[in-house]
Amino acid sequence: MQTVLSVGVDALAYGMVLFVISIGLSVTMGLMRVVNLAHGAFAMIGGYIASYAARDLGLGYGLAILIAVAGTILIAIPIERFLYRRIYGAPELTQVLMTIGITFCVIGIANYVFGPTLKTIPLPETLRGPVDLGFRSIAAHKLFAIACGVVVAGALWYLIERTSFGVKLRASVDNAAMAASLGVRTKIVYAVSFAVAVGLAAFGGIVGAELLPIEPYYALRYMVTFLVVVSVGGAGSIPGALLACLVLGAIDTTGRYLVPEYGEFFFYLAVIAIVCVFPRGLLGRNK
Amino acid sequence: MAAIETSAAAKPETARPNWLLRDLTGLAIILIVAVIGYFLFPNNLALLTRILGIALLVLSLDLVTGYCGVATLGHAALFGAGAYASGIAAVHFGITDPIAMVGVGAIGGAVAGLLSGIVILRGHGLAQLVLSIAVIHLFHEAANKASSYTGGSDGLAGISPDPVFGLFGFDLWGRTAYGFGVALLVIVFILLRFLVRSPFGMLCRGIREDPIRVSAMGASVQGTLIKMYVISGAVAGVGGALNAISTQVVGLDSLSFTTSAEALVMLVLGGTGSLYGALIGTVTFMWFEDVVSAANPFHWLTIVGALLIAVVLFAPKGLYGTAASLLDRYRGRS
Amino acid sequence: MSAVFQVEKLQKSFGGLAVTQDVSITMQPGDRVALIGPNGAGKTTFVNLVTGHLKPDAGKVMLGGEDVTAQGPTRRVRQGLVRSFQVTRLFSEMTPEEHIAIAILQRTGRSGRVFGNFHAMPDVMKETDALLATLGLDHIATRKVSEIAYGQQRLLEIALALALKPKVLLLDEPAAGVPQSDTPRIEAALAGLPPDLAVLMIEHDMDLVFRFAKRVIVLAAGAIIFDGSPQDVTSDARVREAYLGNYANASPAA
Repeated sequence: MQTVLSVGVDALAYGMVLFVISIGLSVTMGLMRVVNLAHGAFAMIGGYIASYAARDLGLGYGLAILIAVAGTILIAIPIERFLYRRIYGAPELTQVLMTIGITFCVIGIANYVFGPTLKTIPLPETLRGPVDLGFRSIAAHKLFAIACGVVVAGALWYLIERTSFGVKLRASVDNAAMAASLGVRTKIVYAVSFAVAVGLAAFGGIVGAELLPIEPYYALRYMVTFLVVVSVGGAGSIPGALLACLVLGAIDTTGRYLVPEYGEFFFYLAVIAIVCVFPRGLLGRNK
Repeated sequence: MAAIETSAAAKPETARPNWLLRDLTGLAIILIVAVIGYFLFPNNLALLTRILGIALLVLSLDLVTGYCGVATLGHAALFGAGAYASGIAAVHFGITDPIAMVGVGAIGGAVAGLLSGIVILRGHGLAQLVLSIAVIHLFHEAANKASSYTGGSDGLAGISPDPVFGLFGFDLWGRTAYGFGVALLVIVFILLRFLVRSPFGMLCRGIREDPIRVSAMGASVQGTLIKMYVISGAVAGVGGALNAISTQVVGLDSLSFTTSAEALVMLVLGGTGSLYGALIGTVTFMWFEDVVSAANPFHWLTIVGALLIAVVLFAPKGLYGTAASLLDRYRGRS
Repeated sequence: MSAVFQVEKLQKSFGGLAVTQDVSITMQPGDRVALIGPNGAGKTTFVNLVTGHLKPDAGKVMLGGEDVTAQGPTRRVRQGLVRSFQVTRLFSEMTPEEHIAIAILQRTGRSGRVFGNFHAMPDVMKETDALLATLGLDHIATRKVSEIAYGQQRLLEIALALALKPKVLLLDEPAAGVPQSDTPRIEAALAGLPPDLAVLMIEHDMDLVFRFAKRVIVLAAGAIIFDGSPQDVTSDARVREAYLGNYANASPAA
């Protein structure tokens, strides 16, 4: 029972981190129909900036998160403006190549600037120790990651279902041409969504740094994991992404726990099985 | 009501391209470049042989991506399977005749092609891409874990092929390996020229353009693609076997995502949907890699990335495609 | 009975909405039938049920006396049920000659060959040339399809279907999108279809329907409301109501 619980908490924390990072990818892929392989690179950039701010500059954890999210968005804006806009509506292969190119560049530059070693982001005192829940104690940073996931899911739900931006976003996802003819400025919707997606990726990269350690090959290593979330959840679907993250988190964590030697093997096998059974995603719409 | 009979106007025969002449010219150019390479870089034949092996991988990728329109980031699985199959045959089963090793490699690649084709073709678009990435990771993990056969992360060493035809031993300078590689590439290239012009090749091109139309003609899209995957696997397997024979080791990197992605970059750099494009892309990329990584290994990945972005932005048809269309325009004007 | 094509009491509904209700059609070799109906009548669903892209909830599709309801789309094509597309679906990078050759090779079981070339197969070349000449496409046989006129593409679409030597041909709006000046050529091509072929044409253009069809079937709200000669269709009260709604009774007076 104890182990089931601790595996459960680990799976939940991992799933929530995945969710925070990938949800932006899911929304932008549903919206702009861009197969973006470089999403993980933005999470990695966020992690690097936060690590630099917190460890090398000695800033507080909260401040480091803010700086990193803002910094990542700043870096992403020109990339969106000059590279991504060229491939909206392009054939898949073109999008894959462009975004792999961006990923390779980011990895190369990160390797050059920060070196090949792992980078840690020092946690504040309150997140370091275990938290006693009465029946069981759990690492505080895992609880924090879970809380972050819940807050992000709630905030996104509010943004999309309850605000006028959300209305425009949903209209653009459904039918961009129709939304544009109704007066929605889709370019702005695209740009804002892209910024939010990148910001969330950076945020997820930071709060998940304990589980997905920051190093130059981060962007390649987890590329497939993030894509799988979108593919399994169905592009553009928030509940789908949440479900996919929880399922994948559970599979990955259980696999690592039960058969540590074959953890990755197990994970990829599960991915293939899920994608084959649900080619349009668990909650994907037929299109 | 009777069908309208219009007398068929005699078609000018020149309208059909003279393939034989073009192919012989292409073949001559490949051989001349191979000979020039031999005399220009006598101390770097190992690199040239490696290029030949990778060229086979890129040709194989062109078959599924360029001719059938399947986007995959997992094609090195076929190459690596061929390399491991021939390496394992040599180390564990004593099959050390190089031609037999190539045969085993082709079979290994074809089997890997069948397996990954069945998986990858289950999906479309994003799902297809995700499946291809999962496949290459799965193959990588499998090779890593089966270390009693594959040597795991240390690589499979101790491959010592016999002399070719019992006459030409694999020497220290890699002359035999290079000659062997050139011969393999030329043979495969000729076979593939036949393949892409055959009825089957035409059907594949049709599938790339419109699978729904092809199935409305009563052809099985899935079956055709799987068949192409098996053929593609055999070609990649030959490349893998060549690599195993010439370097005498097989490493896990032959089954990696990076190799898959690089093969795709080479193909797109040269131009998809053309066998010449695949060759030009491979040679350009590998030569470039050699120069750059000798000068500054740290920036290799950055430069590949920048190169990719540049190709997408400025030469989406690749080097060969862009040159061909420029030539067409020039001819059209004159 | 020598019916070459038969659908019997075909039924299909999507979530409670019956889009095909009790549709039965029998066709003999050589029949020229037009299927018409207002928008939303269920023509597309009907086509998909016949080609096998949708499974019916009930009913049968018979081809040459054989029940093909359980068979998939490609099997039905091989049995001789061929369709053309309302929006041209051709291989833009290939030539008309190659299109026809692929179809012939497929029909004769040679499309899987990995060696040889159709230029070196005299029978394929002869049939290709003859078919393209019949439809007046011989002078553009070696041009890329993306470079030929839309009217010619529509003709190629018909030629491609004929190259499969169908028993039953489903023509989905063969003249859709063709400029007025080119419609005579399409009509000539339709008039020249093999006499023993059963043709079911889905069409909006009533002029074309009247010139082509010997029999007209009207589909409205998923059910057949008229099946008879072209002369009678315009005077049929139910047809008038389906097309003109409440104005049906008012308009004759006007």
